[in-house]
Amino acid sequence: MRHSLALQIGPVAFRIGSAWRSPLDALARLYAGYPAPADGLCDFTVRLEPERPWRRFVRPSVAIRGDYVLPDAAPLALAHGLLAAEMGMNLQMALGQRRWLLLHAATVERDGRAIVMTGESGAGKSTLAALLGERGWRLMGDEFALLDMDAGTLLPFPRAISLKNGAIGVLEAEAGPGRFGPRLAGTPKGDIRHLRPNREAIARMGEGAKPALILFPRFGEAAAVRGVGQAEVFMRLTQASTNYVALGCRGFDALTGLVRSVPALAIDYPDTETAVGLIADFRRELAA
Amino acid sequence: MAGPRYIADPANALTSVALDGLTVLFHAPSGMTHIVASPAPEILDALRAGPADAAELLRRLRARFEFDGDEAIHARLGELEAAGLVRRA
Repeated sequence: MRHSLALQIGPVAFRIGSAWRSPLDALARLYAGYPAPADGLCDFTVRLEPERPWRRFVRPSVAIRGDYVLPDAAPLALAHGLLAAEMGMNLQMALGQRRWLLLHAATVERDGRAIVMTGESGAGKSTLAALLGERGWRLMGDEFALLDMDAGTLLPFPRAISLKNGAIGVLEAEAGPGRFGPRLAGTPKGDIRHLRPNREAIARMGEGAKPALILFPRFGEAAAVRGVGQAEVFMRLTQASTNYVALGCRGFDALTGLVRSVPALAIDYPDTETAVGLIADFRRELAA
Repeated sequence: MAGPRYIADPANALTSVALDGLTVLFHAPSGMTHIVASPAPEILDALRAGPADAAELLRRLRARFEFDGDEAIHARLGELEAAGLVRRA
């Protein structure tokens, strides 16, 4: 590729190649302070290529390619090249990762105890994790939780946090402007702005944590907390996993082990401050 | 007239974990995961003693559990067959 950048994020190394310079410049700024892969070897490659050769110049259009490809993925405008790189990295993990059980979940850690938050898009897990990451918790990741199937621990994967629409302003009030990527207006998911996790999250991205609580947050409802039965937790986590089926019996053993050993709660919350308060209560209970 | 006889895979083909009164099963031959309620795990266990029709299966189940539901056993066997967890011998 004409331009390329290698990034180590938690235990995974990516190489991102691009036909254009601008998406990689934006990516390098966003991931300032992240290490390069120690041995120069990468687990996955993402390529940002013109949809057709002439589309490198004429109305540039970025197709997301790489080791694993979704054949019907729509290309993005060059102005959204940073988003294409982020989506490309997600795609490689979702389609190609076999080393850990992947849960589509945000994870934060404090006092050695990790809280895994999973839910459908729009449930608010990224916003909540990002906010907790600024309020004394360590952000381990906002997109994927990586479960070590032998040890039962969670590994950090602290990618840039993808903030959408209303969440952007919430975090702009918390984190310094130097940690934000450009505001990407009018993407297929609305307005998006990426936030680099703080220094602690990056410095400790090699350090796993024991899962202590599974949360199913739901934004936009009156505050409520209810317990969730283990069979329901199991079913919801199989749906939240991108590679559960591919992992076969190892995935089954790891997921049943997680569900049997870690309590789970569903929380409804009308605003993120309420959720942060509920999670502070859970922290006290876990420590008791 | 005796009905169809059913058989289940051996115990090592199925990993079973109880979760809050339900049972999750990993069926290695198909790679599929199932969530089942009683008496499905008991039926699978009883069929491991060898092929059985519904009447024989009821006898085996009643030797170990209080089990009423002559009609229900046909429905449960039909569901387990559709899920690929039992097959006709």
